[in-house]
Parts: sequence; structure tokens; C-alpha cells
Amino acid sequence: MNENEVRTNKRPFLSGPYFIWIIAFTVLPLIVIFRYALFDGNGHFTLSNIAAIFSSSINRKALWFSLEIALGCTAFCILLSYPLVMALKHLGLSKRGFSLFIIILPMWMNFILRILAWQMILSNNGILNLLLTTLGFEPVRIANTPTAIMIGSVYDYLPYMILPIYTSIMEINEDLIEAAKDLGANSFTVFCKIILPLSLPGLLSGIVMVFVPSMTSFVISDILGGGKLQLIGNIIEQEFMISNNWHVGSGLSVALMILVLLSMAFTRKRTADGKESLVW
Amino acid sequence: MRKHTKLTRFIALAMCLTLTCMLLSGCGKKTKIIGTLNLINYAEYLDPEMLELFTEETGIEVKMDEALTPEEMYTKYSSGAIKYDLVCTADYMLKKMIDDNEFQKIPWDQMEYKDNIGSKYYDFCKAFDPNNDYCLPHFWGTIGILYDTTKVKAPIDSWEVLFNGEYAGDIIMQNSMRDTFMITLKYLGYSLNTDNEDEIRKAQELLIKQKPDVQAYLVDEVRDEVVAGNAIMGVIYSGEAYLGRESNPNLEYVVPKEGSNVWIDCIAITKHCENTEYAAKFLDFLCREDVAKANFEYIYFSTPNIKVIESLSDEEKEDPTLVPPEDSIVNCEVCTQTDKKVTELMSQLWKELKSE
Amino acid sequence: MKHLKHFACSFLNCVKNIFLAIRKHFKGILSGIYVGLIGLFLYAPILVLIVLSFNKGRSRVKWEGFSFKWYEALFSNSQIGDALVTTIVLALASAGIAVLIGVPGAIGMHALGKKKFKVMMGLTNIPLLNADIVTGIALMLWFVHFIPLGFGSVLIAHITFNIPYVILSVMPRLQQMNVSVYEATRDLGAGPVYAFFKIVLPDLMPGIVSGFFMAFTMSMDDFVITFFTKGPGVNTLSTMIYGQLKKGIKPEMYALSTLIFLVVSAVLLVVNGISDRKKTPKAEQIERI
Repeated sequence: MNENEVRTNKRPFLSGPYFIWIIAFTVLPLIVIFRYALFDGNGHFTLSNIAAIFSSSINRKALWFSLEIALGCTAFCILLSYPLVMALKHLGLSKRGFSLFIIILPMWMNFILRILAWQMILSNNGILNLLLTTLGFEPVRIANTPTAIMIGSVYDYLPYMILPIYTSIMEINEDLIEAAKDLGANSFTVFCKIILPLSLPGLLSGIVMVFVPSMTSFVISDILGGGKLQLIGNIIEQEFMISNNWHVGSGLSVALMILVLLSMAFTRKRTADGKESLVW
Repeated sequence: MRKHTKLTRFIALAMCLTLTCMLLSGCGKKTKIIGTLNLINYAEYLDPEMLELFTEETGIEVKMDEALTPEEMYTKYSSGAIKYDLVCTADYMLKKMIDDNEFQKIPWDQMEYKDNIGSKYYDFCKAFDPNNDYCLPHFWGTIGILYDTTKVKAPIDSWEVLFNGEYAGDIIMQNSMRDTFMITLKYLGYSLNTDNEDEIRKAQELLIKQKPDVQAYLVDEVRDEVVAGNAIMGVIYSGEAYLGRESNPNLEYVVPKEGSNVWIDCIAITKHCENTEYAAKFLDFLCREDVAKANFEYIYFSTPNIKVIESLSDEEKEDPTLVPPEDSIVNCEVCTQTDKKVTELMSQLWKELKSE
Repeated sequence: MKHLKHFACSFLNCVKNIFLAIRKHFKGILSGIYVGLIGLFLYAPILVLIVLSFNKGRSRVKWEGFSFKWYEALFSNSQIGDALVTTIVLALASAGIAVLIGVPGAIGMHALGKKKFKVMMGLTNIPLLNADIVTGIALMLWFVHFIPLGFGSVLIAHITFNIPYVILSVMPRLQQMNVSVYEATRDLGAGPVYAFFKIVLPDLMPGIVSGFFMAFTMSMDDFVITFFTKGPGVNTLSTMIYGQLKKGIKPEMYALSTLIFLVVSAVLLVVNGISDRKKTPKAEQIERI
């Protein structure tokens, strides 16, 4: 037993440097934020800054809208990623690094520039409408609507869903799939019974990397939503930047953090089916 | 085996890129540095070549930190993370910082070219700096409407077009709390520096009513959207309007008759500055005609430097976006409202407006 | 007659083969179309940027004719060059250090007990959970106490938000890893270090590579955190572009993006070509293991 443990490469001490790093640059700065969140401008203890996320109707509305966008964006990313990864797999393994690059390359162009480019595509006199009218269709009014924010978010976060799913699907032993097929499983069954469960770790990583940032971003909604639609990220940004109220801003972010943590824990319970936790 | 080389290959690739860039950027000539000044400024608000020239001439290096809004600057400044020597910011923020005793007096006697700045502009500054102790005017301008003359029924001379629904869906507003409230207050006939809660609330009501007609509240590219024809009109700064008209001659800029905001951005020396002599040298350098001209040509905002204005062509001198004429600014006010209560009320109302 | 029968037979055979081939390739064609569509979605904005880089006029909304002038302007603009160097050095260094800390970190965490693992994973997710602006301001307020803001502080900030990406990419690989191969290697007499480099590391490599890429990309793209943690005089492309938002993006930026895109794609194609040719059956076999 003892010998076995030594051999399974159990070396918790390897996480030491990381642990120190987390404490120094994640936990301690976070305490600064908590200090702002838990006290008001006069140094009195208060929970109102944190409660503000629910107590103000503006914040509730923004939170709800962010949730819609984040959930929608995550769902679209999953729906687009799986077929893509399956298609890439089908098109051959030999170009593995190549396809990774193809997915990641657009992200190397600056994010703001890409979102501005989307604005040019989607705007009323934009490229999309130019194409539509040339082909004889009615122009669409997408710019400055939730649809535009959704398109921008899916565009921006899609690679973060594709990559982990891609990595974990490519790891599935081909023999397993062959064996299932030999035993009479069709492609659909193979996908549901083998590929999906085995790619779950990747999927969960992807969900965290898409859901959370799409919930807190504010640049996409500012540029593509025309400033008419507020995500909770915009509200937090305004508290820090316009109202100069760091206490409420910090309180809102702490509340948001707690909410996201809770919802992620919930996801795990529902999807991991009592298995050893993957994301958490 | 291939997997192993992927990383190395990638790093090699990146190295190549880095090297190329280093060649691109070239090796700058180095002057002996005798001191450093930290400046926080709007982005693109100085010709960077002028900073290099200053270093060459004096050996003083100016490190510029950039921000988009005065509030961003204030956040960075007040965190104390960096001891800025110089701040270039907007009128109301200058007032707030003067009231907080953040600045030290400019040693005017050490400045040879200070009179290149017209006395009219020093007078503007008296609104927030009564004795002209702290602020050196850098750029100024007005807020008005940029509109497409081919798409409007009649020439525009009032803020009314933004609020009467005539151009619903074709209006672009500034995504800036102060600017938006200021023009609405002006339209309603109030002072833009009002501290009367009722007046501010009335302005918000009007803005809420207007919101469905607004195509977008933009921080940026108001100009581009009007140039592209995505909208018929937009609320804009005069300097921006100049560039808009450069790319589309059908555009016209107007400061509505109800009056507007005349804004002025100044540079001030903070209390953290230890070497006031260097700071004064830099301010003096900015007043010099050649430098002010280069800065003017870099951004095309209205300059307070009379020597530069004199050197302009007649056509440029008559352009109301470059040299706002006297009669257009008679009804305009400088924003000096920094009362905490008013700011809090406004930002609350602004949030409500945005979440409607 | 015999000939005819033969002909008919071969004709039928031919049809059958074509039919089989279509059936076999149908999935391939469909896959191809789908990949193409996603590719279009991912690359459409980049096409727009490339087109803009050749626009004669300054405005991003009006085509005024073809011109190379922004490329010329780009090469004479030392600010952009400096920002580019800073951006790349920062991205490489922060992603590299994040891998050096994150990979051992992930391995160590994997070996922790269930509870400790959960705590560590929770901490790992904090930088992802926080709005960027909060992370940025928190780090700025924290740095004030002991580090002067400058390149170093930005680097630390970038490493901090990069590590979670490395861990999140490596962790699934670790969990999917087959421990028995490692055990077998040890049973056959290999030392732990040798076994680690020969068995564990190659197995984790895809995760590490994608983690590195993600970290690199996040660092290239980040604006908010950089803005708050940088000192004066330090500029990355992101902060530079953000600064230009109000006055209009300088077309040089489109030109630069186009150049980066072209250079990276070209290098990528060349490298890919070389590696395809070099690939021996033996290498392929090793890869399969």
C-alpha cells in the first residue's frame, strides 16, 4: 500500500510554489476588496454593499440580463464546439497542432479591434446588411440589441470552449470507439455513451472559462450593445469609474463571485453525477 | 515526439516575431537622462515625438500614462500607486483636485513662453482656478451636434432635435454621464452646474423619454457612426467634429443656441512633484510655438496657443470646430460642479437611465 | 454477349464503388462544410481588419481606395514597435512562468486529498470569477505596498491570471491519465524523475501546450488588468488601442494586425509542412503511445 502510493506519483509538495503564489497575489489582494466591500466610506461595518446586488432593481435587472447572456453564450458555445471537434476529428488526426492554431489564431488579433470589426459587420449600414440587400433580402437591425451582444460573446469565448473539449476528446482511446462500433453501436450511441462522458472534464473546464467571463465582461456590451444595455460588469465598472464608489463596486463583485461559485457548484452536482469533482 | 517539439517550435516562432519587432522599432538614440517626470494624460493627447524632443533638449524624460476619462485618471491617481508629477485633465476634475489641495502652484516666473497662451483662456480657467495658480491650458473646445446635412429637413440650431422624436433611431448620444446631463440641462434652460435636485431629475425624465429614440450611447466612434451614415446626428466634441468633416464634407457641426459646455483641459503640477523646476521646463516647452503646433497637428483640437492660431490658414481660422468663434460660446458654461451629493445623485439617475 | 456482361458487371461495380465512396465521404464533406462555416465565423472580423489596413482614408467606415501607406507609417512609428515588443515579451514570459508554476501545481493538487483539492480549485478559479476590473484594482492596491508599478507589476498580474488557464487545461489530462503506465515504468526500474519526463510529461503535453497558448492569448488580449497595474511609460498594444478608441483607431493598428496575422500564418504553414514531411513511421508509433 505504502509502496504503491510512492509509485503513483503522489507529490502534493509540487503545488507549493503555486500555493504561495495564490496566497500572495490572489488571496491577499482579494482581502483588500473584501475590506472595501464590508465597510462603508466612514469605516463602519456593513453588508449593504454586498446586498446591493439584490436590493437595487437596477442591479437585479443587470444581473438577470447577464445571466441570460452568459447562459445563452455558454449553451451556444457547447452546441457549436462538439460538432466542430467531431468534424475536426473526422477530418484526420495528423493535423492536430494545425487545427489548434487555426482556432487560436483569431484571438491573437486584439480583442477590441475584433469587436469593433463585428460592429462594422453588424451595424445598420454594415457589411452584413450590404450582403443581405445585394442578395435581395430585407436588411436586419442587429446592432445595439441583445443579439449583437450574444454574437460578440459567442465569438469571443468560443475558442475557450473548443480547446478543452478538443484536448479531452482527442485523448479518448480510438480502440474504445472501434470496439463499441464492432458491438453494434451507431455513431449517436458512441457519442452519447463514450465521447460525451469521457470529454466531461474538458467540457467543465470550458464552461468555467466561458460562463464566468461572459458574465462579467463589459467591453462587448458597451461596443455592440450601444451602451443601451447593462450587464452586471458594466454596473461594477461604473461604480469604480464613474461614481467613484469603490465600496459598492467591491461589494457587487464579492456578491457576484459568491453567486458564480454557487452556480458552478450546482453545475458540478448535476453533471458529474456523484463522480469525483472535476472542476471543483 | 511531435508533441514535444510543438512548444519549442512555438517559442522559436515567437522569438522570430520579437526579433522582427525589435528591428522594426530600431534603436533610439540615447540622451543622458538627468531626471524623470511622470505625467498622466488622455491617450493621444500629445505628439509622442514632442516628448522625445523634450528629452533630447533637456535630458528630462517624461513618462506618460494614458487614460480615456478624467474619472479613470482620478482612480489611478488617488490610489497612490504612482506618484504622478503632472496631471492633464478636464475642468471639473481640476477643480476637485484643487479643492483637495492636490496641486502646487506653477512657477510662472520660470516660464518664458507662458504668454503664448491667450489671456482669454487663462480667464476661462478662472472658473475653477480663480487666481490662475495651478492650471496651464492645453486644449479646449465645445460640445455640439454633428449632423449629416443631406439627411435633415432643416439646418439644426437647437438641442430640440434630439428630444422631439423627429429623428428617432438616428441619434447617437455620448456614453458619458456628465456630457449627457449637461446638454439636457442646457436644453431645459438650466445651468449645467446646477445643484437643484428637481432640475437634475427633470433632465433625467427627459432623457428616459428620449432613450427609445437613441440608437446608441457611445464612448467612442460617434464620429465614425455619423460618417458612415449609420446615424443622422450625434453629440460630439468640437475637435472630433473637425475630423468627421474631413472624411465627409456633408457633415456640419453646430453649437446649439441654448448654449452648451465649453470644456478646457489643463496641465497641473501635483503636490508629489519634487522637481518643480523640471516640471516648469516641461510646461514651458509645451507653450513653445513649434511644440504647440506639432501637438495641434497631431490631434486637431482647438489650441489656446495664440501663436499657433495666428499661423493657421484663413480657412482653418474660420472653421468653428478648430477655432470656436466668440458668438458660438456666449451661452456656454465651463463645468465646475464637483459637489459630492450632486455627483452621487447624477450617477444614480444615470444608472437608472441606462437600465431602463 | 460475354463482353457485354463483363461490361455491365464492371459498370455496376463502378457505380457501387462511387456510391460507397460518396457514402464514405459524405460525413467528410459535411464535416468540411461545418468546419468552414465556423472558420468563417472566427475569421470574418479579421478579414474586415485586413481590408481596412489597405484603406487609403483614416476612417474605418469609408473605403477611399487601395493604399500601402499605413504600412509605411507603421514602420516609422517607434511607439507601436515598442508596444509590440512589450506585448510579446510580456505574453511569452507570463505564459512561460505560468506553465512553470501551474503544471507542477496541477500535479501537486491532483495528489491532494479531496477537501484540500476543492479548496485549491476554488482559489484557482478566483481570478476567473472576478470581473477584470476588480482583479486589476485589487492588484493595484496591493502592489502599492511593496512593488513600484512598472513592467514587473504587469508581469506578476499577468502570471496571476494566466496560471488558472494552465491548470484548467492540464487538470483534465491528469484526471484522464492512465496511472498504470507510470507504475509499469517504475516497476521496470525507472526512477521517478525519468518516469516523469518520459511518461507523465508527454501525456500532459497537449494540455500544457493548450494551456500555454491560452495563457499567451489572454495576456496578449488583456486590457483592464494591464491598465491598472502598469506604470507610466509601459504600453502594450491593448492599452494603446484602448486609448485610441475615443479619437478613432489608428489605421497603423490594422496594418500591424494584418502583418502579425500573415507572419504567424506563414510560419505556421511552413512549420506544418516540414513536420508532415519529417514524420517517420517510428515517430507516429511513439505518438500513439
